[in-house]
This record gives sequence, C-alpha cells and structure tokens, in this order.
Amino acid sequence: MKQVKVKTIKREKMSFWERTYLLPIFQGMGITFRHFIRNLIGKGPNISVSYPDEKKTMPTGYRGKHRLTQRDDGTVKCVACMMCATVCPAHCIHIEAAEHDNPEIEKYPEKFEIDLLRCVYCGYCVEACPCDAIRMDSGIYTIFATKREDFIIDKEGLLNVKPQDPSTARPLQGMPPLPGSEAGSRDLPMADHA
Amino acid sequence: MLSLLDAAIVLAKVLFFVLFPLSLVPLLVWLERKVSALIQDRPGPNRARIGFIRLGGLVHLFGDTLKMISKEQIIPRNAYFFYYMAAPVIMATVALIILPVVPFADVLHLPGFSLSFQLLHFDAGILWYFAVVSLMVYGVILAGWSSNNKFALLGGIRSSAQMISYELPLGLSIIGLIMVFGTLQLNEIVVQQGDLLFGFLPKWGIFIQPLAAIIFIVCAFAETNRAPFDLAEGESELVSGFHTEYGGMLFGTFFMAEYVAMVVASAVIATLFFGGWQVPFMDTQALIDNAPVLLQVSLVGAALVLFGLAALSFRWYQRKKGFYGDIRDIEGLVYAGVLAVAGLGALGFLGLVLALGFPAWGGPVFAALAQMGMFIGKIMALCLIFIWVRWTLPRFRYDQLMFLGWKALLPLSLLNIVVTGIMIYLTGGLNT
Ligand code: SF4
Ligand code: SF4
Repeated sequence: MKQVKVKTIKREKMSFWERTYLLPIFQGMGITFRHFIRNLIGKGPNISVSYPDEKKTMPTGYRGKHRLTQRDDGTVKCVACMMCATVCPAHCIHIEAAEHDNPEIEKYPEKFEIDLLRCVYCGYCVEACPCDAIRMDSGIYTIFATKREDFIIDKEGLLNVKPQDPSTARPLQGMPPLPGSEAGSRDLPMADHA
Repeated sequence: MLSLLDAAIVLAKVLFFVLFPLSLVPLLVWLERKVSALIQDRPGPNRARIGFIRLGGLVHLFGDTLKMISKEQIIPRNAYFFYYMAAPVIMATVALIILPVVPFADVLHLPGFSLSFQLLHFDAGILWYFAVVSLMVYGVILAGWSSNNKFALLGGIRSSAQMISYELPLGLSIIGLIMVFGTLQLNEIVVQQGDLLFGFLPKWGIFIQPLAAIIFIVCAFAETNRAPFDLAEGESELVSGFHTEYGGMLFGTFFMAEYVAMVVASAVIATLFFGGWQVPFMDTQALIDNAPVLLQVSLVGAALVLFGLAALSFRWYQRKKGFYGDIRDIEGLVYAGVLAVAGLGALGFLGLVLALGFPAWGGPVFAALAQMGMFIGKIMALCLIFIWVRWTLPRFRYDQLMFLGWKALLPLSLLNIVVTGIMIYLTGGLNT
C-alpha cells in the first residue's frame, strides 16, 4: 500500500502585539484612512463608471443583444436554414421561412424572433450560423421592457441593433448573383469570410 | 408646583433629547454610506436628485425613508405577533431613553434663571446608562425568537451571550473612573474633567484611565451590536440575523435604533473619557469671560471656512462643466453662491456684534452654545470612528469574541480597579 504523505502546515504564531489585537487594528485603520483621504481629495483610483452618463466599451468577445447582419443591399443575410434554432439550448429562436426571389439564396426568414427572456446568452446560435447572419457583438447588456411580450424581439428589431464597433457592421461578403446577370461569379466566396 | 415656564422648558428638553438623536440618524446613514464608499474607492451614493440638488447623496435619504414607510408590511404567519411587534419598539425606546441623562452643556446661569442641559438629573447618572442599555438585548432576543425563524433565533442567542459577556467588563471598567472622580453624576464628572493634568493635559478620562477607556470603548462597540461585534446580524452566515423576518418600517425601526444606539454610545464615551462638553483648556468661567473675543474669532473662522468651501464648489463646478448636459451642471455654482452668502452672513453678524456691543447675557449664552457645539462635535467624531472601524475590521469569530470578553477584557478591567485603588491610596487621589 502506498504511504500517504502528510504535510503539516504550521500556523504562524501571533506575536504579542498581534495578540493584543490593538496594534493590527490601528494598522488596518491606517490603511482605510489613507484610502479615505485619497478619495476625499480626489486623488483616488476613481475606477467607477458613472453609468448612464458614461458607458463602458465591452470587450470584443462579449455576448450582448443579438443582431441580424445585412447584405450589401441592406436585406437580411439569414437564409433561414434553422441551424441556430436547432442548436439553441433554450429553444428561444422562432423562424418562419419564405422563398427568396433569388434561387441562389433559396430562402429568407419571413419571421425571426428571439425571446430574450429565455435566451441564456450562450452564443451557440452565432457559432452555428453558416453565413455569419446572426451576431452578438452589439455590446448591449441592458435589456429591459415592462411587459413579457416586449422581450420578444422580431426581425426588424434584430436588424436595427447596431454593432458596438461600427467598422464591423456588415460582414465582408458579396451577393450571390441574380440569374442572368453577366458576372455569374461570386465576387467573394462565402468560405473566405469566417 | 411646576410653573408654566418650567413646564415649557421640560417640554423643550424632551423634544430636544428625542429629536436630536433621531435627526442624526439620516445624517449618520449618509455618512456611513459615503465614508464606506470612500474607504473602498467608490464614489458612493450621488444619483438621487430633486431638480439639480443632490447634496452629495443626501437626497437619497428621502428616497430611502419613503421606500421604507410605503413598503408592504409582511408579517410571517407563524410569528408570535405581540412579541414580534414589541421587539422593534423596545429597541427604539431603550435607545432613546438613555440620552436624557447626558449633559449637553454646563448649567446656564442667568440673573434670576438657571437652566441645566440635562433632562434627567439624578445622582445615579451613569448607572442609568448601565441599567437601560442592558434592556436593549431584549429587543434583539425577542425579535429573534418571535419571528419563528432559525436564523433569527440563532442571531438572538448569539446576541444574548455576547451581551452577557461584555456587560461585565463594561460595568467594571467604569469603576476605576468612578473611584477617581468620586461621583456618579455625569455633569459632575464632566466638570471635573475641565481641570488640567500636570498643567498641560486636559484631565480627560482617557488620560487618567487609559485602560478603562479602551475596555469601555470596545465593550460599547459590542453593546451597540456593530461591526466587528455584529454577530447577531452576521449576514454571511445568518441571512441577516435577528431581523431576518422584518421588513418595511419594522426593519426601519431596528435600523434607526442601531444608529440611535451609536449616537448614545458616542455621547456616553465622550462624556466619560473625552471631557463631555468641556472645550479643551477653557472652563465655563473662562468661556464666559472671553466670550466677545471668542465669538469674533469663531465668526471670522466660520466665514473663512464658508468662503473656502464656496471656492471649492466653484472649482468643482468648473471641472464638471457640461458633464451631464442638463440642469445638474449648475449644481456646484449654486452651492458656491449659497456658501458665499452664508460666509457674508457670518461677517455681517460679526459687524452687528461689533457695532452694537456685546450684551451682558451674551457671555453665558455663548458659553453654553460653544459647549454644546463642542459636545456635538465630539459625538460626531466618535460616530465617525464607529463607522471607520466598521468598514475596516472583519467580524470576530464566535470563539474569538468569547475569548476576548472573558479572558482578556474581564481580567483587565479587574486589574484596572486594583491598580486604580493602589494609585489612589498612594497619591491620595487626583483632587488633593
Ligand atoms: S445565445 Fe444561446 S440561448 Fe440565446 S438565442 Fe443564441 S443559442 Fe439560443
Ligand atoms: S443559422 Fe444563420 S442563416 Fe441559419 S437561420 Fe440562423 S441566422 Fe439564419
């Protein structure tokens, strides 16, 4: 049988002054007093954000309120493939698909609703989407409404959410060509733009 | 027979001794929040506003009070209703009836009239404090037991054990002081503290009985149930201790009682160990004799302070210009104006005094006011220390608490009595 190793951790013995409590108490009060004075005369670290007047920029990976990205012509980029609705662990995405005029695109969502009260902000929908149509890069963490129904955000709402960093507003991706248009080629293939 | 004037005076005193601690409560709550914030590198409350008036968070108090009063009162079904309701009442009453025994200034002598700034003067003075302060724990225990909640009950039990352990050293520590001063009357004790010790130190209790002062202050902290002795609340392990089941204004009453108890403890500590209403190096007679000069000096000082504050708030206004982009931006400017006008008012009052001369009755009245101001200043300083300690020290563990009470403070307070006795025997006391 293997010997169990015992490691004894010695408690540090308190010195006489520490055992009276008084000296350490005064030391501690000195520390808090230093902070108090520094903050009183305005020389403190001052890390608080005065929230409604100043807002923090969230880190790039922050999963905020969802948004639907747009094509270059401003239409919704989603092709209603249902990947996100399938992967969503909270079952909070509701999509109703319709046929798109462009046979290359095939489908588009007639209805796209996310119940923000049920969403757990896991970001799986973003991961699952094959064409970068849904993102959570808005940096919005205050989601509020006065009625439950108002927490269900529809397609228009999702399209209107702005990204935190405007330079990433539209995913880099060209339009699939309409049949009959002369180019006949995609200016940028989808796979290049993860 | 009580004449009408006497009755009016008694009524005024009663009002003062009730309203003074109660009006300090919101101020202390604000101080507590603001000081704790500054200690922890936060700005603290500063949002609530009426128009542009925020007063550094003071406006929050109206909101807090309104919320507490207007909240629904939920009483647990299995609570013992009578005791449940009685507990906060006991706490608040007990906290309020201690203060009348404390003198706020020396007896005011005017021709044909004298006024004592004490509501209850009986010879037992300080014993009244001991007698009443130990009733405070009934509120805690009753609240803990009657709300029929195990956390509340645990809080109540802890608190009762703590009170018993700390009342002994509290009472014993004071005996040395009583031996030195030879009286229980608080006003007498304060009068005696006006002398000088070795010719340069004020003869305050803390200088002649330092050990007793430390023990008394520690025990007074324990009696008020504040950190680091707030085991009865112990929110990290007992939800919030004895008042777990209380909400709305019933909780508000406990809250108020805690702060009133803090004011009372500060007042008693100041009276016993920090010279009460004594202005250092100035006894009542000196104050009366030098009243005109002192009044002028203090008015000039007040004016200077007010102008300084006005300048500071003007600078603040300039620095924050346009930060909010609404009416709040002019806040600093308004304060600067008000403070400057107040400073001018102080100067104007000074001019009035210089022009009209100092009336004969002004001396004693000024002395009484100065002493009262001094005493209130001392109370506030001690309350600040209470707050400062609360936001510095972690809570004691239960065994540490018992260890400190029984094995450290109790023997020390006994030792203090013995040493004081020997010293008095050897030197014949301080008064000879
Ligand atoms: S973040 Fe997660 S829970 Fe929310 S919609 Fe996307 S997949 Fe569903
Ligand atoms: S996974 Fe992307 S493309 Fe598919 S339905 Fe969801 S958002 Fe639309």
